Amino acid sequence: MIPGIGAFTRDTLWCFSQVKGTMETGTTEADIISTVEFNHTGELLATGDKGGRVVIFQREQESKNQVHRRGEYNVYSTFQSHEPEFDYLKSLEIEEKINKIRWLPQQNAAYFLLSTNDKTVKLWKVSERDKRPEGYNLKDEEGRLRDPATITTLRVPVLRPMDLMVEATPRRVFANAHTYHINSISVNSDYETYMSADDLRINLWNFEITNQSFNIVDIKPANMEELTEVITAAEFHPHHCNTFVYSSSKGTIRLCDMRASALCDRHTKFFEEPEDPSNRSFFSEIISSISDVKFSHSGRYIMTRDYLTVKVWDLNMENRPIETYQVHDYLRSKLCSLYENDCIFDKFECVWNGSDSVIMTGSYNNFFRMFDRNTKRDVTLEASRENSKPRAILKPRKVCVGGKRRKDEISVDSLDFSKKILHTAWHPSENIIAVAATNNLYIFQDKVN
Amino acid sequence: MLSKGLKRKQEEEEEGKEALAVDTWWLDPGHPAVAHAPPAVASRSLFDLSVLKLHHSLRQSEPDLQHLVLVVNTLWRIQACMAPTAALSPMPSLPTAPGIADNLLASSDASLSASMASLLEDLSHIEGLSQAPQPLVDEGPPGHPIGGAPPSLGALDLLGPATGCLLVDGLEGLFEDTDTSMYDSELWAPASEGHKSSPEDRPGKEEAPELDEAELDYLMDVLVGTQALERPPGPGC
Repeated sequence: MIPGIGAFTRDTLWCFSQVKGTMETGTTEADIISTVEFNHTGELLATGDKGGRVVIFQREQESKNQVHRRGEYNVYSTFQSHEPEFDYLKSLEIEEKINKIRWLPQQNAAYFLLSTNDKTVKLWKVSERDKRPEGYNLKDEEGRLRDPATITTLRVPVLRPMDLMVEATPRRVFANAHTYHINSISVNSDYETYMSADDLRINLWNFEITNQSFNIVDIKPANMEELTEVITAAEFHPHHCNTFVYSSSKGTIRLCDMRASALCDRHTKFFEEPEDPSNRSFFSEIISSISDVKFSHSGRYIMTRDYLTVKVWDLNMENRPIETYQVHDYLRSKLCSLYENDCIFDKFECVWNGSDSVIMTGSYNNFFRMFDRNTKRDVTLEASRENSKPRAILKPRKVCVGGKRRKDEISVDSLDFSKKILHTAWHPSENIIAVAATNNLYIFQDKVN
Repeated sequence: MLSKGLKRKQEEEEEGKEALAVDTWWLDPGHPAVAHAPPAVASRSLFDLSVLKLHHSLRQSEPDLQHLVLVVNTLWRIQACMAPTAALSPMPSLPTAPGIADNLLASSDASLSASMASLLEDLSHIEGLSQAPQPLVDEGPPGHPIGGAPPSLGALDLLGPATGCLLVDGLEGLFEDTDTSMYDSELWAPASEGHKSSPEDRPGKEEAPELDEAELDYLMDVLVGTQALERPPGPGC
């Protein structure tokens, strides 16, 4: 299976695999999924929610009896990553919402991930325990301490099998380094450092050092009156540990080289597309604000998501993107309403497939879109309980922008803007995707012929 | 003064001819985006809506900075649209009533500029001030305009230089109980070197005798009642 190739040929169809989450109509705020991330092998899938919890799913081993059925993802571990906090000095409440999760490459039997809320990043170790020691000398079987005077013989404790237990322990807490809200974390390819970005600053951390970080980007003006732009996302290059990019609310991307200077306020490359005069409006800046930036796996391209489009940039060309995909251009005439209800500020993410040939992003009405960069074909699919029969093939959806609406089309005015797909993830090597729809997590796979 | 936050143009050679277009495209009745809607009505509605959003954002314990910056930048765009175009090259006459536009500009520009300027400046200190709820008109959910007449520009004054929290009268309120009469004395006429003088004061103060530093020090000692303030004379103040 070559991932992503022929995603839209006749032989490849997406079908429903699983859905996680409650079916109840009323959604608890805390259960809303706020981030989704596969680990580097695709064996684990982590989600974070507004309640500060992290749920990790593990893919089951494929069954020999059902060759055509891929391994399912089942709950592996659940833990409370962040709690609501109160900053007494500033009289501010700090939300426990998990903004981002990033996995570290696996180097031993344990798994490590970074999770962050608005202010604090934590390093978690997720490990398995399937044995327990028995035969302590100083403790009895119930764990109570024994009187040493009663001990007449010594024995060597032995390890005995026990039911598998997965435990998550916080190994590092990186706090007190961000005045503004953290929007991104990114693990460096050196596996020794990572960065955290807030609205105005980016800090570089060493995994072993929690009491200090190194500020590498600071766009806070000396006079806050001059503030017109904020950092929206940041990511390290997948292979070059000295290179990273960050995007802004003005639709610009800056690539920085940490070898050039300690403080990377001066960019090495600057990516910006000239504004289209025919599309100017009061909302031009808002819709140009980049909500997500992702390097391709190859490291040659970067992808950005703004409100209406997804763009692919070649690192060697700064003046315009090499590809632009319209996600939901039919919303361009609705910008005023979307500004009124704040939907225009929604931050959609975007993801690459394993071979960088297909990109995916979310939209409204629980729609999500895929664009094949090779064939230039695109498809709109829906994450819905109605299409949740096992291995049911997803039917492409279409939005009617005018004229006579066909039977299976939906009109723009009928779109449900409360159902938005902000967070998606793509398995690193297979055609398996995870789509977060409010408090439900949908997993789709391509149908194996 | 709050900078305008217009999107930066990449093409330097085109900046000369495009700058005007960038700044005033919404004033061009021939522009397709403008032609389809009465610009004055649309601008005013969006202006009011943006002000409401700004209010709502500021009432949060910790405003979303990105949201805030984008709304403020949008407000600037709208305000520029509502501003008179006398300074620009000849343009087709605006469909708006000049009186309304002037009133909006006169009443909004100074207070809006000062308010938003102080607002963003205080963002760096916003954590140090508790957010006291302001007796604003009920604004309902974010983004939903209030039914009936749009809020007057008087609502902007409530932003205040301290983000509309405890200091209703702005920072001036901090010094309400401080007797400043000693500093209002004519002896403090800004005639000596190094003192900054406001332009309107200069014509009336030209004939005032200059006081040297030593005399100023002595006067300071007398007025504040302290003795023997040995301050070495230095350049300026």
